[in-house]
Amino acid sequence: MIETVLDKYKSTKVESVKVWFKAASVNDFPKDGGACVKYKDKQIAVFNFERLGKWYACQNLCPHKMEMVLSRGMIGDDKGVPKVACPLHKKTFSLETGENLNSDLDAIAVYPVKVEEGYVYVGFEE
Amino acid sequence: MKNIIVVGNGMVGYKFCEKFVEKSESKDFKITVFGEEPRPAYDRVHLSEFFESQNAKALEMAPASWYQENGIDLVVDERVSDINRKAKTITTAKDREFSYDYLVLATGSSPFVPPIKGVEKEGVFVYRTIEDLEGMLAYAAKLKAEKPDARAAVLGGGLLGLEAGKAVLDMGLEPHIVEFAPKLMPRQLDSRSSQVLKLKLESIGLNIHLSKATNQILGEGAISGMEFGEDDILDVDMLIVSAGIRPRDELGRACGLDVGVRGGIVVDNTMKTSDDSIYAIGEIALYNQMIYGLVAPGYDMAAVAVEQIIGNTEVLMPSDIDMSTKLKLIGVDVASFGEPFMPASKGHSIIFENKTQHLYKRINVSLDGKSLLGGILVGDASDYSMLHQVFLNGMAIPEDPSQLILPASEGGALLGDVMDLPDEAQICSCESVTKGQICGVIESEEATDLAGVVSCTKAGTGCGGCKPMVADLTNATLKSLGIEVKDSVCEHFDLNRQDLYKIIQVKGYKKFNEVLDNHGNGGHGCELCKPLIASLMASIHADTANKEYAIQDSNDRFLANIQRNGTYSVVPRVPGGEITPDKLIALGEIAKKYDLYTKITGGVRIDLFGATLNQLPLIWKELISHGFESGHAYGKSLRTVKTCVGSTWCRYGMDESVSFGIELENRYRGIRAPHKIKGGVSGCIRECAEARGKDFGLIAVEGGWNLYVGGNGGANPRHAELFAEQIDNETVIKYLDRYLMFYIRTAKPLQRTAAWQERLEGGLDYLKEVIIEDKLGIADDLEKEMQTLVNRFECEWTQAVNSPEMMKRFNHFVNSEEEDENLVFVPMRDQKMPEPWV
Repeated sequence: MIETVLDKYKSTKVESVKVWFKAASVNDFPKDGGACVKYKDKQIAVFNFERLGKWYACQNLCPHKMEMVLSRGMIGDDKGVPKVACPLHKKTFSLETGENLNSDLDAIAVYPVKVEEGYVYVGFEE
Repeated sequence: MKNIIVVGNGMVGYKFCEKFVEKSESKDFKITVFGEEPRPAYDRVHLSEFFESQNAKALEMAPASWYQENGIDLVVDERVSDINRKAKTITTAKDREFSYDYLVLATGSSPFVPPIKGVEKEGVFVYRTIEDLEGMLAYAAKLKAEKPDARAAVLGGGLLGLEAGKAVLDMGLEPHIVEFAPKLMPRQLDSRSSQVLKLKLESIGLNIHLSKATNQILGEGAISGMEFGEDDILDVDMLIVSAGIRPRDELGRACGLDVGVRGGIVVDNTMKTSDDSIYAIGEIALYNQMIYGLVAPGYDMAAVAVEQIIGNTEVLMPSDIDMSTKLKLIGVDVASFGEPFMPASKGHSIIFENKTQHLYKRINVSLDGKSLLGGILVGDASDYSMLHQVFLNGMAIPEDPSQLILPASEGGALLGDVMDLPDEAQICSCESVTKGQICGVIESEEATDLAGVVSCTKAGTGCGGCKPMVADLTNATLKSLGIEVKDSVCEHFDLNRQDLYKIIQVKGYKKFNEVLDNHGNGGHGCELCKPLIASLMASIHADTANKEYAIQDSNDRFLANIQRNGTYSVVPRVPGGEITPDKLIALGEIAKKYDLYTKITGGVRIDLFGATLNQLPLIWKELISHGFESGHAYGKSLRTVKTCVGSTWCRYGMDESVSFGIELENRYRGIRAPHKIKGGVSGCIRECAEARGKDFGLIAVEGGWNLYVGGNGGANPRHAELFAEQIDNETVIKYLDRYLMFYIRTAKPLQRTAAWQERLEGGLDYLKEVIIEDKLGIADDLEKEMQTLVNRFECEWTQAVNSPEMMKRFNHFVNSEEEDENLVFVPMRDQKMPEPWV
């Protein structure tokens, strides 16, 4: 069952985006923190990395113990690479590539984000 | 392509494979390994850990897939039964035949079972394989069900016997060790150190019987006792025989290889047997007329056999084999190195003994006093690595060699620096890693920290005994390269916690970004510095965790404890453990309404588990309406002050422990500290509140309270130490205000009070000077700072549920009211639990 949950999430590049999903107002997200967005049957963690002036999105599922928690994690950087730390066991993932930075877990899926007129949009292939 | 057959898949047989596949020449060979046990090789040295974890996988040297990935055919559960040297073939118990070019015997040893009458009875076990342990566990469980106070004996007081003794303790049976010799560990220890070890083991509950020759095992069918002589009987329900090992040389014997008188296959310094195509390594090999029962020489033998087979014939087994060992037996350090026993004609012995603390140290030095020949350490082996290196490398020793083992007076480090060791000094003997290799990977920038060094060199991955020395070498090498090794909090700050505390206090910073931009290294923070600075700002400005919630640690961010499946648990404060029936009913009704798993915590409060993020504020609104407030179970802050019922009810009580406990808990609630803080108040010396296991503890005595500080449970249990005697309530509060504030100001991140006060220069005496005598002149400030924190307390849950803005953070989705549909609970004992992790 868990394998199928993981299978839902595939990294998406800006150029292959078919749907820009209007998630929520910019003000609904904490500064330098994240919140979880529901899109169809997916859970996507969206982060407002204000210090970099950038937004990031990734799967909410931590591949370590398969729990839907990454949006509740703390963000920051590892030698310049923007990252999120899972609140359960502090596994860290690059917000740029999804790569696991502090052990050898599989990479998480990352998604493009854009902000227009005060709203946050996440890009999906379907 | 040549065929190598390895007979035996134990630690040494595995090591042969590992070393072989690392060689480029290995592509010209095909390795087939036979093991008679049903699983791949595992770490027998740490076998006793199986009793704690019961996880056979965790002990594996490498998973079955490793053999496959490296092109090795691993055949488990199939014993090799015959060798035909002429045809160069072997036959297995399943009657299959395989041919070889080289045969490596690594069959190890089997436990020696002395021919005692009755040894075949049910309940008599040997201690060697995971199957043996599983058999013991099943039998012990059956015994305990019938007889809760069942006893088990171990026959043999050697190294393995004592390991088996630990296994008996872990199984919850009454442990007895029976040894034929007049002392424990007769091969490693002298009589005095053995006596110290005996006292120590007795103090932790082992019963030790020395100079006992077992005549027969008693019992009808199953064992019921051991008879040593007429009228000398020990009643036991189970027996583990650990009376030595015998090499498994039957294969070699049957095919006519040279064997020793007392067993073992004779090898020369190339590890070859009397047949040029057959090698023997590990506990089956008789080298120098000795069987070496330690893993390090076994690994060396494996390495020599590998080199010989690929043609590097100049690599030979050294004639001197280091038999030094250091281990932790049932939590007691025991080490011996070099020549542990030495006749007076060869040198002098220097002995330090302290029976009250169960310490023994002996070193043997040459007659001219210039070199170290060997020694024994019991109770504290922290000097082992350094002494062992001094011995191995023939390094110079101080003019007064007693300084090597006497408790250091000032500054310690009499042995000089780890960097003084020669490059060829072997630091990790399990993996044969030298000092040169460790420093080398740092100098070549392959590794930049301890974790990197360990993964590049494998140092410290065997028994782990060399880890402190590997860490010292890593730090010293980094330092020598000009790379500063500081106790800075993370890559974003070159400051430690105390520096940051002062900066935030002086500058009055109230936002993380202010601290980062003005004093950081230019990055964006991380999961180490963010919660630390959040905690410091809370301690300094008496803020709650609601301020800037995105920098708070996992639990503080949602004011609840995150549990295994991402749901939370809720703990309201119950000061001193006193609760009215009405409040108890309210807790029960709320738990029932939200279907929460309910349990009494270790701190005698009530914990409600399984609340979703969305439910947290709803639950808290109801709790608050019944008069509850946050219990801060999620914070690095005061948890509980545990109390016994005291003189209000108890006929022995000397004072009102509940009233005082409530007062203290309410005083220090909510204050953020480097780590969690627990308190305890007992109404008399019977100590029902376990106050001495807490960060601060009070015990009522004639004439006031005795105050204890710096205790904790956890991985390293500590008893709190007596700080002041017979003081009144007001003085208790004065000292505690100062003590806690001083701790909050100066401890390292996540350092409990016990570790903090142990590492304070000057120790407890210094602490008394600061807190009681006000040597630093800061007592007034400390008290004032604490009083401000006390005055400004606010329940952070009440804050949160009254603010619509704050409430927003408790939704699982930012764009939907729905809850996480991935949560799965399963029933358990009339309640529920999260589905187990796979």
